[in-house]
Amino acid sequence: MAYIAKRLLFSALILVGVSFITFALLYLLPADPVRQIAGRSATAQTVENIRHQLGLDQPFFVQYARYFWSLVQGDLGRSYVQRAEVSSLIAARLPASLLLMAAGIVVELVFGLTLGIVAALRRGTATDQALMITSFTAVSAPQFVVGLLLLYVFAVELGWFPIGGYGTFAHLVLPAVTLGVLGMGWYSRMMRSSMIEVLRQDYIRTARAKGLPRLTIFVRHAMPNAILPIIAMIGIDIGLFMSGIVVVESVFGWPGIGQLAWQAIQRVDIPIIMGVTLVSACAIVLGNLLADLVTPLIDPRIKLRD
Amino acid sequence: MLKRTLQAALIVGVALAVPMGAMAQQQGGSIVITYKDDVATLDPAIGYDWQNWSMIKSLFDGLMDYEPGTTELRPGLAESYEISDDGLTYTFHLRDGVTFHNGRGLVAGDVVYSLNRVTNPVTQSPGAGFFDSIEGFEAITAGDADALSGVSAPDDKTVVIKLNRPDATFLHKMALNFASVVPEEAVAESGADFGREPVGTGAFKLEEWRSGLRVVFTRNEDYWREGLPYLDQIVFEIGMEPIVALLRLQNGEVDIPGDQIPPAKFLEVMGNPETASRVVEGGQLHTGYITMNVEMAPFDNVDVRRAVNMAINKDRITQIINGRGVPANQPLPPSMPGYSQTYEGYAYDPAAAIDLLAEAGFPDGFETELYVMNTDPQPRIAQAIQNDLAKIGIKADIKSLAQANVIAAGGEKDQAPMIWSGGMAWIADFPDPSNFYAPILGCAGAVPGGWNWSWYCNEELDALATKADSITDPAAQEERMKLWEEIYVKVMDDAPWVPVFNENRYTMKSERMDGADNLYVDPVHIPINYDYVYVKPE
Repeated sequence: MAYIAKRLLFSALILVGVSFITFALLYLLPADPVRQIAGRSATAQTVENIRHQLGLDQPFFVQYARYFWSLVQGDLGRSYVQRAEVSSLIAARLPASLLLMAAGIVVELVFGLTLGIVAALRRGTATDQALMITSFTAVSAPQFVVGLLLLYVFAVELGWFPIGGYGTFAHLVLPAVTLGVLGMGWYSRMMRSSMIEVLRQDYIRTARAKGLPRLTIFVRHAMPNAILPIIAMIGIDIGLFMSGIVVVESVFGWPGIGQLAWQAIQRVDIPIIMGVTLVSACAIVLGNLLADLVTPLIDPRIKLRD
Repeated sequence: MLKRTLQAALIVGVALAVPMGAMAQQQGGSIVITYKDDVATLDPAIGYDWQNWSMIKSLFDGLMDYEPGTTELRPGLAESYEISDDGLTYTFHLRDGVTFHNGRGLVAGDVVYSLNRVTNPVTQSPGAGFFDSIEGFEAITAGDADALSGVSAPDDKTVVIKLNRPDATFLHKMALNFASVVPEEAVAESGADFGREPVGTGAFKLEEWRSGLRVVFTRNEDYWREGLPYLDQIVFEIGMEPIVALLRLQNGEVDIPGDQIPPAKFLEVMGNPETASRVVEGGQLHTGYITMNVEMAPFDNVDVRRAVNMAINKDRITQIINGRGVPANQPLPPSMPGYSQTYEGYAYDPAAAIDLLAEAGFPDGFETELYVMNTDPQPRIAQAIQNDLAKIGIKADIKSLAQANVIAAGGEKDQAPMIWSGGMAWIADFPDPSNFYAPILGCAGAVPGGWNWSWYCNEELDALATKADSITDPAAQEERMKLWEEIYVKVMDDAPWVPVFNENRYTMKSERMDGADNLYVDPVHIPINYDYVYVKPE
């Protein structure tokens, strides 16, 4: 329990650090949000009024302290451009992103693990090589390109799926595949090497020597051990997904927080950039925490130490 | 008292509308318009981008308005108005039978409230500065008053506005979105969220708003303009990349791509007669220009600035944007009143530019920096400019930055020697030459954080500009435009800018969209005039 408490405290510190660094970076940005709000017809007096109302005439540490104090109370501030509560903008879009991420995880696990296992079992054959080239391509292809390609082939040319948008299962397929393809590549490679590693172990040889059927050896003995490191990866994966959704949501017009972030960056809407960054940081920290906590539950060999 | 009722103009307007109505115009139907970005806000005091500008126009009305598809003023919520002989008092008479979307009838007090609201610093309106000619503007801006002393409602149907100086552009300002009339009770109820729960008197009302997904407008059944709007519903689909929007248009799922045709697809669309026939082309009140900071050496030397004017190959740059514009030789765009037909500008002549540069003391040229916004095609245009400059010995480093950063650099006196304005400036807020001077060429704009990026300040011209804008007599407008023409020609003599091109607009529409072409390139409603377009019968 002490370990968990320590990890939680550490996670909280990371989040404070992230909030400070993001705040500082955005503070140093040469763009002046007040000028943006005030518009091009504003008088100097108007600009100063707005600066004062937003508290942007205060010294940096006062501004950060104010921001942090609101943050602790769950207030992420108001968007400069959309003039709405950042927390409600994020809340409205979070379900769409979570759905997309969940679907992305399913895609990468189902395809990634299957490809990896098949490649491991067919090690050294042409099938293995073809699969690994596929996974290598998947890892290296920019998501923007993959998304547009899928959109063009399966939505525009073949008409199997809607051309972007949100609402039904059909809308989910292409963005989920685009988001999952990168992970699929990683997982297939990891699963392959992990499986090969396990199949070399003594206990597998023993099982074979006992004359157990191939399938039994594979399902009962090899799989559980080979899949362990992969499960731990899913938590860490959240970070990858957080950057992925920015691109994927923009390509497919998916109304999630990635799209929100992308628009905010283009409009230098600092409160939204801060808000999305913090939410993402929370998700990443949480993912890592879960990965650390879950691993010992699956594998008794790993013990939590204080 | 100089009295001008607009009954006559109205009758002409009605007469023109009748034969059009006899054609295929019909009420009904729903159209789909796509946008990449979320709608920022629908509060008329706040909204100030190309996406919400026209949307707000369909939800709200102001005292003044424009004839659809033109830059010609017509009365809006005001049925008529009078201007006092000294040009300082405007009296507006409101129409009968106007109601807000919440059912309440419009009264003069709403106009007073709305102008007080937009100028009150608490509202943080980016348009507040437009109303600086109204009496009491300074007091409300400084926080010394809650209301404009110059705006009053003697009765429910009359609004009197007193100005602190004659302002020939005042009626245009009353047609700006920022002067839209809003009901106080709805603003009080929604508070800071009024922009997401707008209530106006406009042709459409907001039906649904799902962040990142769609915004839906439905017809205002009680709209005061008889028979309008034609459409029952407009669905704005949000989050659609322009390229995806185009694919969906070709698939028959979209009627208007709101972000226009993506540059990469422009030639393909225009090259195909079937798609090209559905593109409407129109001018817009835009000029793209290079600023030279007259406060920074060597651009403090007028001959250097003139030499640069001769060095830029504008035809070539116009080609880079696929010919979506015309080369410019002066600050004003050709469709703006006051544009000089006779001024010839600086001809492209690199050899003469080299000579002039040598005379100015730079036989070997010099090094400088060119700031540019970092989205296509702006950096490519900057490279063309860089090439042209290199030919006369000027070595310009390109500083390609995010829009906000370039604007910030331009607002500092000693930061950016040269800026290519593309993607940032300048499109007129209202169709009057005055709007191309004060903020971007006048002394008022040459302040920290201002938009006069060449920091050009000529007090003689400022005096002329004030003189021009004091001519409020409608009969003397020709004289006023002559004066403006003179001002801009004199600006070019000092050459703080290289005017490069005037961009055109291209709106693509689906097969079923109908209505006059100028509604699709309306100079005021961008991208299109939602109130007047209609769909063909099924």
